[in-house]
Amino acid sequence: MKNDVSYKAGSKIRASQVISIILIILGGFTMTYPLLWMVMSSFKANNEIFNNAGSLIPKVFHFENYINGWKGFAKISFTTFFTNSFFISIVGTIGAVFSSAFIAFGFARLKFKGRNFWFICMLITMMLPFQVIMIPQYIIFNKLGWVGTFLPLIVPSFFGGSFFIFLIIQFIYGIPKDLDEAAKIDGCSYLDIFTRIILPLIIPALVTCAIFSFMWKWDDFMGSLLYLNKPSMYPVTMALKMFSDPTSITDWGAMFAMATCSIIPIFLIFVFFQRYLVNGISTEGLKG
Amino acid sequence: MFKRIKRFYAAANKETVAGYLFIAPFIIGFLAFSAIPILISLYLSFTEYDILGTPKFIGIENYVRMFTNDPKVWKTFGVTFFYAAISVPLKLIMALAVAMLFLKNNRFTGFMRGVYYLPSIMGGSIAVAVLWRRLFASDGVINGILALIGFPGNISWLGRKDTAIWTLIILSVWQFGSSMLIFLAGLKQIPASLYEAATVDGGSKPRQFFSITLPMLTPVLFFNLVQQMINAFMAFTQSFVITNGGPRDSTRFYSVYQYQRAFEFHEMGYASAMAWFMLLVIGILTALIFKSSTRWVYNESKDG
Repeated sequence: MKNDVSYKAGSKIRASQVISIILIILGGFTMTYPLLWMVMSSFKANNEIFNNAGSLIPKVFHFENYINGWKGFAKISFTTFFTNSFFISIVGTIGAVFSSAFIAFGFARLKFKGRNFWFICMLITMMLPFQVIMIPQYIIFNKLGWVGTFLPLIVPSFFGGSFFIFLIIQFIYGIPKDLDEAAKIDGCSYLDIFTRIILPLIIPALVTCAIFSFMWKWDDFMGSLLYLNKPSMYPVTMALKMFSDPTSITDWGAMFAMATCSIIPIFLIFVFFQRYLVNGISTEGLKG
Repeated sequence: MFKRIKRFYAAANKETVAGYLFIAPFIIGFLAFSAIPILISLYLSFTEYDILGTPKFIGIENYVRMFTNDPKVWKTFGVTFFYAAISVPLKLIMALAVAMLFLKNNRFTGFMRGVYYLPSIMGGSIAVAVLWRRLFASDGVINGILALIGFPGNISWLGRKDTAIWTLIILSVWQFGSSMLIFLAGLKQIPASLYEAATVDGGSKPRQFFSITLPMLTPVLFFNLVQQMINAFMAFTQSFVITNGGPRDSTRFYSVYQYQRAFEFHEMGYASAMAWFMLLVIGILTALIFKSSTRWVYNESKDG
C-alpha cells in the first residue's frame, strides 16, 4: 500500500517534469525560429523565400547568395563594410575598456573630496536619454569638422562608459584592500598600484566590458546614421539598411546571406563568452 | 627635469590629486559629451535654428507650438507610451516566468538558458529588423505558418494600423532574455531557508511565490522596470527601419519624429524642445517609480 502511494507521487513529479522539459524545448525552438529562418533563407532561391515562407529547410542550397551578396552595392563590397565595422568596434572598445578601468580605479580606491558628486553624475549619465544630447553633440562635432569621419563614433569611447565604470568598480570592491596597503608601504605610487596590482586582477571584468562594448558598437545604428554620409565609410549595419530598402531590394537571398554574416561575430561572442555576458548582466542588475 | 617629475609624483600621491587625475577622463567626457550638450540643448529649445545660420531666440514658442499646433507630437507620444506600457510589463512577466523554469542548475537548463537569451543579443541588430519585415509581410513567414495550421488569409501585419505596432511589441518582448538573467540572479539570492520554513508551515507553491519570491525579488524587479521603461521610451531603430513609422504614423515613435524634425526638416530648436519634453516625462516617470518604491520594494537593511 505504502509503496503504491509513493510510486504514484513519484510518477506525478516525473510527468510534470517531462511536460516542463517539452515546454522549454518548444519555447526555445519558437524563440530561435526567426533566427534559424533567416540563416536558412540565406541559402534559398528568391522565389522560395516568398512562395514557401513557412518552411525552414531549403530545397536546394544556394551558396551563391553569399557570393552575390558580398558584392554589395554602388561598387562597394561587404569587405569594405566589414572592415569599417571592425575598425570602429575594435578601436572604440579598446578606448572604452582602458579608460573605464582607469576611471573605475579612481572611484573605487581613492578617497577625495567631490568623489560622491562625480559618482552621482556618472549614474545619471547611465539613465540619460540619448535624444537630449544628440542635437548639441551633432552641432559640436559639426563645428569641429568631424561629421563624415569615424571620430564622433570613436572618440567619446575614450572617456569611459558609465556602465563599464560601474561594472569595474563593483569588481574592484571585491579585491582585498590589504594588497593596495602593502604596495603603498613598499613605496608604490597610485599609478603603480593600478597597473601592477589592480589591472591584472580585474581582467575578467575587462573581458566582460570588452564584449559588451564590442557588441554595442557592432550593432550601433544611430551613430552611423547621424555622422557617416559616404557609403564607402558605412559599417555593416548601415549597409544592410541601404541594401534592404524596399525600393532597391531585389535579391532577398543575398540580403539574408549578408544579414547572416553580420550577426556571426556577435554569435561567436555569445558562444565563447556566454559566462562573461551572464556575469555582466547579473552584476549590473543586482548591484544597480 | 627629474626633480620636477619627482615633485609631480609626490603630488600625485596625495590622494585627492591622484583621485582627480584618475577620474579626469570621466570629468572631461562628462562635461564635453553630456553636461555641456544638455545645457546647449536647453538653450536651443528656446530658439529657432537650422544649423547653418545662428540660433534666434524665440522664447517659449517651440513649446507652445508643440502643445497647441502639432498633433503629430501627441500622436507619436501616444504611440510610444502605448508601446512602453504594453511591452515592458509583458517582457518582465515573460522574463520572470521563464527564469522560474531555469532555477535548477544542470546542463540542460544551462543550454536552454542560452537559447532563450540569444534573441536579446541579436534583437537590436539591423539584420533582425530587416528579418522582421519579412516575417510579418503578407507573403511572409507568419502568414505561411498560419496557413499551414489552417488559418489561411493574407493578413498584412505591417500594413494595417491596428496590427503594425504589435509587430514591434512582439520584437521587444522576444528580447526578454537579459531581464530573465537578472531575475535569475536575483532568484538565486533568496535564502532556501525561507522556502523550507514555508513548506514546514504548509504554504502552497503559489502562496510561496506571492509571499516569498515576489517580495524578495522586488529590488531586482525595480531595477528591471526602470531600465526597460527608459529603453522603451528611447526605442528608435525598430520603428525607423521596420515600419518607418507607417502605416499612417501608427508606429512612428516620438524619438523617430524628433529625429526627423532635427535632421530632415533641420529644425534643431524645435527638436531640442521635443527632446526636453521627453526628458521631463522620463524624469517624472522615474521619480514616480522611485518614490513608490518605498512602498513595494523590499529593503534588506531596513528589515534585517
